[in-house]
Parts: sequence; C-alpha cells; structure tokens
Amino acid sequence: MCNQTVCLVAAELERQGIATVVIQLLRIVAEKVRPPRALCVPYPHGYPLGRENDAALQRRVMARALGLLGERGTAPPLLADLAD
Amino acid sequence: MAELADLSFALRTFLRAYRWRRIDPTPWAPFTKPLTAARVALVSTAGMVLPDQEPFDDHFRGGDPSYRVIPGDADPRQLLETHRSDSFDRAGLAADANLAFPLDRLREMAAVGEIGEVAPRHLSFMGSQTAVGRLVKQTAPEAAELLVADRVDAALLVPI
Repeated sequence: MCNQTVCLVAAELERQGIATVVIQLLRIVAEKVRPPRALCVPYPHGYPLGRENDAALQRRVMARALGLLGERGTAPPLLADLAD
Repeated sequence: MAELADLSFALRTFLRAYRWRRIDPTPWAPFTKPLTAARVALVSTAGMVLPDQEPFDDHFRGGDPSYRVIPGDADPRQLLETHRSDSFDRAGLAADANLAFPLDRLREMAAVGEIGEVAPRHLSFMGSQTAVGRLVKQTAPEAAELLVADRVDAALLVPI
C-alpha cells in the first residue's frame, strides 16, 4: 500500500507545481496507479534504497531517481527501472 | 524487485481484489531548474516520527492519513518507525533510517553540489492506507502546501 500512498502524495505535489520522483518497490503498482515519475528498484520491501548503512548505494539510487526530473520529451507517467 | 509473491497469502488475496486508485490524468509539473540549483524535499511513507511527535495510529480504519513534518536539520538516528504494516522486514530501517528517510544522503548531495539545497521541511506519512479518501482530499493537499510555501522545487518520495 506504501507504493500507492507515495504515488498519491506525488500527484498532489505535482498539481501544486512541485516536480516529483517516487521510488517504487512494486512495478505493477506504478503501472496501475500512474505516478508522474517513478524509479522501480530491484529491492525487497523494507529496503527501498538498497541496503542499510551503504551510503554509496543509497546515493546512487537517489541520483538515478532525481535524474529522471531532467528527462525531456516524455509523457507521464514516466516509469524507469534501476538495474540490479 | 519486490514481488507480490513475497507477501503473505492473506495480503496477496487482498491486493488481488484491491481497486488501486488510478491517477488520471497524471499531473506533470515541469522541472525547469538544473538539479544542482534545486531545493529538494523528502517524503517518506515509512511511518517515521520524531521522539516528541505522536506515533501514527495503527487502529485508524483504512489507515492513518495524517502526516508529520520533519525539519531539515533533524538527525535520522532520532526517527522512530511507527508503521502498522507487518509485510516488510524492519531490520534494515531499525539499523539505518536513511534507508527510507535519507536526510543524511540528501545533505551529502547538497554538500558536493549534486543538488542545490536541502528543503527546510520534509514529510512523513504512514503508507499502509487502503481507504485513501482523506489522504487525497485533505492531508496530501495540506502537506503539499507546506512544501510550496518553502519554495521546494522537487521532491523524492520513498515507500517502505
């Protein structure tokens, strides 16, 4: 349900003019709910940024997610996948 | 990638029948600034609260739609997880709140110039909400207004 909740909050932020990227653990939820921009990650529930106490990995996931903000010429929803 | 098959039988059965809330049309706020000049906020649905904040209410029918404001200078080690779901492994988050509320990481990104700056306020929700009417109509719009008032350019949203 967490995956849907972030999408719904993201939609409200976008309606008010703030660009968003959501991390998604379940791609099927992103496909059904359709947030503006989502990065689907290959991690289990409880580990949205990969691993605890692994700053480099967490930063990499965040940089990839925030990088979606600059993608041009796409129609929402923009769903991207982080490779393993 | 997490799979529906990872979840308990009861939850899978529920989710198969659940009518997901489709966002239609999907709104789109153009992002015009370079990321290196942007003010970035975090939104987490891991149910995190600071020690002086009310925990999320796990008896709320349909899920607690309220939110907590987490100041930009908060220490993630102070965050307590009060999520009601039992469908995720809590060990990672207990060891490192940055896993779902990466304030330290965001500060590091600002320090090296990957983003412009860390927003003064961030948002914490409890993600396990099946009845989303109040979230969509009331609490999410209210919470978004706070970030608009802070002139936030972009938000990264992290589920658990």
